[in-house]
Amino acid sequence: MTSDDHHSHDHTESPVDLALQVKALESLLVEKGLVSEETLDALIETYEHKVGPRNGAQVVAKAWAQPEFKEWLLKDANAAIASLGFTGRQGEHMRVVENSAKVHNLVVCTLCSCYPWPVLGLPPVWYKSAPYRARVVRDPRGVLVEFGTSLDDDVQIEIWDSTAEMRYLVLPERPVGTEDWPEEELANIVTRNSMIGVETVHVTEDGDNSGAKADS
Amino acid sequence: MRGSHDLGGLEGLGSISPEPESSEPVFHAEWEKRIFALTLAVGFLGQWNLDQSRHARERQTPKDYLRHSYYENWCVGLKTLLLEKGLVSQNEFNTGKMMSHVSTSGLSPMQAKDVPTILMQGGSVEMETDKPAGFAPGDRVRVRKEVSSGHTRVPSYLRGRVGEIKRHHGTHVFADRNALGCREAEHLYSIQFSSREIWGDGVESGGAFAVRVDLWEPHLENQ
Repeated sequence: MTSDDHHSHDHTESPVDLALQVKALESLLVEKGLVSEETLDALIETYEHKVGPRNGAQVVAKAWAQPEFKEWLLKDANAAIASLGFTGRQGEHMRVVENSAKVHNLVVCTLCSCYPWPVLGLPPVWYKSAPYRARVVRDPRGVLVEFGTSLDDDVQIEIWDSTAEMRYLVLPERPVGTEDWPEEELANIVTRNSMIGVETVHVTEDGDNSGAKADS
Repeated sequence: MRGSHDLGGLEGLGSISPEPESSEPVFHAEWEKRIFALTLAVGFLGQWNLDQSRHARERQTPKDYLRHSYYENWCVGLKTLLLEKGLVSQNEFNTGKMMSHVSTSGLSPMQAKDVPTILMQGGSVEMETDKPAGFAPGDRVRVRKEVSSGHTRVPSYLRGRVGEIKRHHGTHVFADRNALGCREAEHLYSIQFSSREIWGDGVESGGAFAVRVDLWEPHLENQ
């Protein structure tokens, strides 16, 4: 073994070691009566299966379909979003920012991983990654290209760095050709990434982004 | 402090390489699920707050913070706080065996049946104060260069920069002091900075842009 091998062995946890370490920690905390396995399961179940970006998609679809809801959402996001039942942890202080042909909003947390959980669930790996957090406040157009998004030169980009407990949701621009769509179908084309602001919403030729065929 | 977590503007970190949205799982390993849930459940005991939790992750060396995966940093943070609060000893971490019972009197562990209500309620950080707001929308302000040596929510790329107050959010618990265990209210503002103010003309990929951040009154001074 070279000294480099030895070094990396000392300081890098293998996935197996990590899994064992976390298991040991859980056993210890359960034995001490500080947590219960059922509680941990319930927490995981919530964010793995119940709270996710489909919530945010419903908010967006409603704002697209109902002008008065959109107005309420942009003015008092907390109340408007709560009216759909999406409240709570990491969404206590919500603000919705609207994309248009002139302005494109983009959300980041350069200091950690702040993200609006009740409407988007837990953040994807890339949102928490060092490259995204580092680059998006310096080279947003370059970052957007990595997501396959190119904006016209005259679009003003606004980046929301979530440095306090305010949480931001992007209201993407409604794609043309969806004027007659009902809310459910609109919700199907809203992607998580469009609500973070790294993508725009498209209607693909064979229907929509999710595979659920739209009639119109 | 400028900790290793303070990444805005740092170069040389490579590409983002996002996983496709349609195929990315919420968690990528069983242990990620468990450390996520452990962090929330133990946090609920109220032995520390969210800012102390963030600070515990940020206090690692830059080398460790950047080399660790996201949930590995959560694991380090949780263990640090458990040790510091005396809920688990180093010996217990080393052996994986419980050596001493923690007095759970006064602690009320989260119950599985309460999880939906607790998560739906969340925890507002709005907090009243008699202090008048020092700034108003339209004011030009400079971000103070001197910040505490502990936890701060001022990103280093904005220190000394001048921006415009766009909105007064009201009064929120001040994160920098909260990380020290002092729950105090300060006025919170949304401030806009131009890319030119932050980075000069050397903005890559063309085109100016704006950055909006939320900072508390003690972070700001009159321009």
